[in-house]
Order: sequence, then structure tokens, then C-alpha cells
Amino acid sequence: MLSYTLKRLLMAIPTLLIVITISFFLMRVAPGGPFDGERQLPPEIEANLKAAYHLDEPLPMQYLRYMGNLLEGDFGPSFKYKDFSVTELIMQGFPVSLEIGGLAILLALMIGLPLGIAAAIRRNSTVDYLVMGTALTGIAVPNFVIAPIFALVFGVLLAWLPAGGWNGGAWPNLVLPVVALSIQQIAYIARMMRASMIETLGSHFIRTARAKGLSEREVIWRHAIRPAMLPVVSYLGPAIAGIITGSVVIEQIFGIPGIGRYFVQGALNRDYTLVMGTVVFYGVLIVLMNLIVDLLYSALDPQIRYDD
Amino acid sequence: MAALGGLALGALASSAQAFSVNIANGAEPGTLDPQKTSGNWETRITRALFEGLVTYAADGSLVPGLAERWEISADGKTYTFHLRDAEWSDGEPITAEDAAFALRRVLEPAVANHNANLYYPIVGARAINVGEAAPASLGVETPDAHTLKIHLTQPTAWFLQALAMTEAAPLPAHAIEAAGEHWVEPGKTVSSGAFTLSEWQPQARIVIAKNPHFHAAQDVALDQATFYPIDDAGSALNRFRTGEMDIAYSSVPSSRFVWAKQNLADALRVGPLTAEYFYMFNLRDGQPLADRRVREALNLAVRREVITGQILGQGQTPSTWFVPRGTANAPGGQMAFADMPMEARLTRARQLMKAAGYGPEHPLRLTLNYNTLEDHKKIAVAVAAMWKPLGVEVALVNSEAAVHYATIRQGKFEVARYGMVATINDPFDFLGSYADDGSASRASGYHDAEYDALVARSTGELDPATRQRTLTQAQQRLLDDYALLPLYDYVSVHLVSPRLDGWQSNPMDVHPLRYLEERD
Repeated sequence: MLSYTLKRLLMAIPTLLIVITISFFLMRVAPGGPFDGERQLPPEIEANLKAAYHLDEPLPMQYLRYMGNLLEGDFGPSFKYKDFSVTELIMQGFPVSLEIGGLAILLALMIGLPLGIAAAIRRNSTVDYLVMGTALTGIAVPNFVIAPIFALVFGVLLAWLPAGGWNGGAWPNLVLPVVALSIQQIAYIARMMRASMIETLGSHFIRTARAKGLSEREVIWRHAIRPAMLPVVSYLGPAIAGIITGSVVIEQIFGIPGIGRYFVQGALNRDYTLVMGTVVFYGVLIVLMNLIVDLLYSALDPQIRYDD
Repeated sequence: MAALGGLALGALASSAQAFSVNIANGAEPGTLDPQKTSGNWETRITRALFEGLVTYAADGSLVPGLAERWEISADGKTYTFHLRDAEWSDGEPITAEDAAFALRRVLEPAVANHNANLYYPIVGARAINVGEAAPASLGVETPDAHTLKIHLTQPTAWFLQALAMTEAAPLPAHAIEAAGEHWVEPGKTVSSGAFTLSEWQPQARIVIAKNPHFHAAQDVALDQATFYPIDDAGSALNRFRTGEMDIAYSSVPSSRFVWAKQNLADALRVGPLTAEYFYMFNLRDGQPLADRRVREALNLAVRREVITGQILGQGQTPSTWFVPRGTANAPGGQMAFADMPMEARLTRARQLMKAAGYGPEHPLRLTLNYNTLEDHKKIAVAVAAMWKPLGVEVALVNSEAAVHYATIRQGKFEVARYGMVATINDPFDFLGSYADDGSASRASGYHDAEYDALVARSTGELDPATRQRTLTQAQQRLLDDYALLPLYDYVSVHLVSPRLDGWQSNPMDVHPLRYLEERD
């Protein structure tokens, strides 16, 4: 198991290298630069800015410089947030995004799994239609619609919770963003769990279990749920990475100081170092999450083993 | 330090209630180094921390700051500033050397200041900024600790405006040398303004507190201000409505304006702004708009009052001029058709198009570029519809801001939406962009030696009335050439709690916090 883990981690290095290289050059071929804005700069001043960020060097040189710095763990200075390095920005934002994202996934599992299971057991019943109908709505309504509605209804009109702000992570400030972020996940997980559960309930070993005379409750709890959860678990890996780095809408609408917004804002501002930093960070997160998922597999399904 | 903290706490506790405000400030500041900022979400904070030699009053006019008074030599080339007795927030005296230090630093290539060219009038400045001379060679001298002399290469009518910008404010040389590049951090930074930086949580909040060492501290009522970075206008509006925010900048999108007018009438502040919304024409040879007749026809056909009245409806002024009328010393002059009835305008426009060789068999096909924003899109669609009766077929090209402005910079457009916001409150900021090697001239390919000469002459004229005449001539020449298609003068739209006094709408959209007061 340990050597498998190490092997996977080593294999991640070339993957990351390719991701970094492609994003570096893709970012640079995009039209428009970091200093293109409403106020067009005089050539002298643009030259100073380019020199300050080494953008006046040939592209291959810049690439080598970037890779060299990266080896030393230095993501470089942000073009826009000049008082901070990209590493500082990510390190400040990550715990916040992790808290919001983690809570949202947890909530999604706590609600989504039971809903999916209930719908599968009572297939084609009112419960099933109700759950799946709601889930479909949850998937169809994007969070840039849900979040402002939440803020308006619960924050402004009812005034039960703050309409936004982080306030050091106080729980009233957490509720709306976490719920808004989890709704789509609840819907996905419920649907996935339902489909997988139905498939599992139709498989041979369940038939055998029923033939042995086990009660339906025992069949479901002891035999069906664990294998049925496999697709959900494999979905969770990328979902967690995505929810942490990609909750840009939620972070912007509720004013949460996480890293989600850096990716989109960085790309729009052509803040090359910030985008690259987020990409590398996201890449590492995906690799780690996928690894954890694979290791979880063997815990859920004894047929899966990672031998050396 | 501990004693100081105790003192401040004691002072807060003794007053019955500390006066503090929460401000929805738009974006997160990229920096609070006053010489590295690039937008008003940053200067709103740096202006509270650093006082210029000259500074802004609540109405946006210039008033003495750290300089008590100044003299300008008869030839307009030497400025002598007399600094008042004032202290940095650490108790060190603010000297003329600090003022000279700041002017040298703003021109250093490594600081890469965005507006450094505004200081090029100072002797030796450009050479320093392009790295050809040492900062020490700048034409400033400090005969004594309270006197700063600035030598210009030529008289420059708008120079005081440039000095009022936070990038020119005296800097604490001693603190920067001690703390290094990242000297503007809570605990490290030293300020000269009405406030000091007490907390900065990136993306969450920035807190500033009253500076007891400020030279006019006895007139400052506000004890503390907290700036929240809220990029989403709807969120800023929500948090203003819940009472969490006392001031919300740019928080009312045009789609919510009517609603805000009905429901937040006592908080809504609308005022003219030194900013112009216009369409830039590509005037290079071979381009369809190289033909003056076509440019005039396109201008004739646009009903600007439809755009400001029906699409925007926030009080923008339809313009047939380039320099916003709210700008200080705004010149006169407007496009010749301004008072013609619409019917006559359209008839003339059709004649012009025909003369230029366009007709039903040979329609003019144009691309119109705009950057992503709902209002820009609506305006572009409306303008395209207004051009249609002339037989103009418009293809709309939408791109995000960075791409849009890169396209303009490279001159790869025919007609492009442009928003020009003044950096200094002077017509030069607008007219200068179309002169010589200005940004608009480079992008549009506009070159007119006589226009350039008029603009250059206006800069050197010290008598306001003479200067006004020259500026009017320059603007009229640009407009008679139909070098661009002006649409409207912007307005600023903000929300300010009715409990606050001392916040005034003004064309430069500057709102120094030192003048804020609590209404009884």
C-alpha cells in the first residue's frame, strides 16, 4: 500500500509538468496582456512594467525562469496583488475555501446519500419522483442564481443571517454560502446514489443474500450500500478539488476570502503568475484527491487491492 | 508602542461612542503603496493614509495639504512649496526631503508607476523614468527642511493637479528604508494622512483608524473606517440595505437604478464625473472611417438622448463634445449639428454617405467592438440600429476587457467602444490623448499638427482665460474633424447612509474620509 502510494505520487510529477507547461504557454498566447486596460499606458511606462515582471524577456527564458522558481517553491509575485506573493495569497485563501467546500461536501453527503437510497428502495414511488424531481431542479438551477436569491431572501428580506461577509468564519456567515454551494452537490450525489443503488440491488450477490432469507433491511445495510457507494466516492475526488478551487461565484457573491475567485479573476486580469499558481495548486489537489479515492476503494470493496 | 496602544484604547473608551463607518469598496486592493496603485478602490484608502502637498476638499477642489502655501514663479517653471509643521504617525517630522524622496521614487523605473508620465514636466524626470539617468538628478531641491522647490522644463497648467494625486504625496523615507519593498503593512507602515492602517486581511477587510499625529486631527470626526472588498454590485447593494455598509461604491447597476431611486432615495448619490463614453474611430488610411464624410454621417445619425434617457436613465449627459462638461476649466465647443433637428441631420447624413460612395448597392459594412458589459451591448445594438437608415451594416464584436483594449492598442478595429476616466481634473487628460503620441492618437491613428500645437500651447498658458480659449479651439478642431463619436458624460452612482454628512458628489469622485461627520 505504501509503495503503491509512493509510486502514484512519483507518477504525478510528469503529469503536473505537462499541465504547467501547457497552461504557461496557453496563457501567453491568449490575446491581451496584464497591462491592457481602459487607461492605455504610454510606451515608456509599459516598458517599465514589463521589465519589472521580466515580461520583456523571450518567452522560453520566462518559462525557464518560472520553472526554476517553482522548484524552489516560489510561485512568483502576483501582477495585480503587488503586496503579496502568489504563495501568500493561496496560503491565506486555501483554509477558507477548504472550510466552505469541506462543509458543503459533508452536508451534501449527509443529505444526498439518504435521499438517493430512499429513492432507489422505493423506486417509481411518490418519494422517488419527489426526490428526483427536486434533484433535477437542483442541478438545473446554477448557483449564480441560487446564491443571490439566498442572500436577498435570508439576508435582506428576512434578515435571519448576514447577507455576506466572512467575519473570521463565524457560523452565521457560513450558513448561506455552504448551503448554496451544497445544493448542486446534494442533487448530483442523490441521483448518482439512486442509480448505483438500483444497479446494485439487481446484482447476483443481492439475489443470493435475499435467497439466504436475510431481511430487506439487512440486505440493504449490510450488502448493498457499500458497493453502491463506489461511484459516489470516485465522484468525490474531483468534486472536492473542484468545489474548493472553483467556488468563484459563491465566494464573490458572499464576499468570502477564499481562493476560488483568484482563478477567474486572475485569468481575466492576465495575472499570469496567479493563474499559474492556482493551476499548479489545483493540479496537486486533484492528484491527491484521486489517490485518496483510490485508497478508499479498497476499504469499500474487498475485491480491489493494491499490491506491489 | 504599548503606551500608544493604551492611549488610543483609553481615548476610544472615554468618548461615548466611537464614530466608525463600513465601506463597500469594490475590488480588493492590489497594493496600498501609493505609488503602485492602479485604481480608485486603492486610492480611496491610500488617500486616507497619505496626504499630498496639495489635496482634495470634500467637493473635489484643491486645497493646501502638507504644504501650507506655495508660490509659482512668473515664468511658471518654478514651484516653491512651504511645508507646515507636521509629523508622521510615528512622531517623526515630515520634511521637504520626504517630499523630494517621493517625487524621485515615483519616477524610478523599478517602481513602475502607471502615471509617472504626469511628472515628466519636472526637469530630468523622463530620463529617470526610462532608466537613462539617476533619480538624484531630478530637478527638485530642498533649501531647508520646510521648503521644496520643483523646477519644470516648461510651464504646465495642470501640474498642481498631478501633485494632488496620492502618487506624489510625501513618503516616509525612514520607514521605507527600514521596512523595504513591502512597507505598507499594518505595524510597519507610517502615514501622514488623517488615518493609519491598523488591519489588513486580504480579501476580507482593511481597517484604518484616526491618526492622532495628523496635522488637522482636531477636525477629523471619524474614528475608524473598514473597507470591504465586494466586487459584486448586487452583494454590495444587499449589504447596504441590511445596514451593514454605510457607504457602497458603484453598487447600483443600471438595471436596479429605478428601483433604488424609489426605495433608497435618501441614500442614492448621483453626480457628474470627469469621464467620457465614446466610440473611437480607426482613422488610418484605407479604413472606411478615414473618410471625414462617413465620420460626420455616423455622428449625425446617433440620437444620444435615446441612449442616456431610455437605455441608461441615470442622468448621464448626452454629449457632442469630448471633454466632459463637469471637468475643471472644461472648454466650450461642440459638433456643428448639435442644434439641428433630427430630420435635417438624417437628410444630411444620407447625402454625405452618398457622396462618399455608399448606397443600397454598396452598403458600408462596419465592425463595432465593445467589451463585455450588459450596458455596452445595449448601447452598441442601439447605435447599430440608428446607423441602419444610412445603409450601414454593423457586425458587433464582443470581447472581454483585456482583449478589447489590446485590440484597440494594436489598431485592429474600425469602431470601438471606449471609456476614458480622468486621472487629473483637467481637459488636458482628454485632449492630450488625441495629441502627439497620446494613447488615443496611437490607437486611432489621428494626427493633426495644428491640433497638436493647440494642445501643447494650452498646457503652457498660465492665464486661465487665454488657456480656456486655446482649449476650446483645440476641442473644436477635433470635433470638426469628427475624429471620434462622443456619446455621453458619465455620472457616478453611489449609496451613502443618510446619517453621514460631509460626503459630496464631485466630478473627480474623491471623497476624503476626514470630512465625514455624523448627522445628529
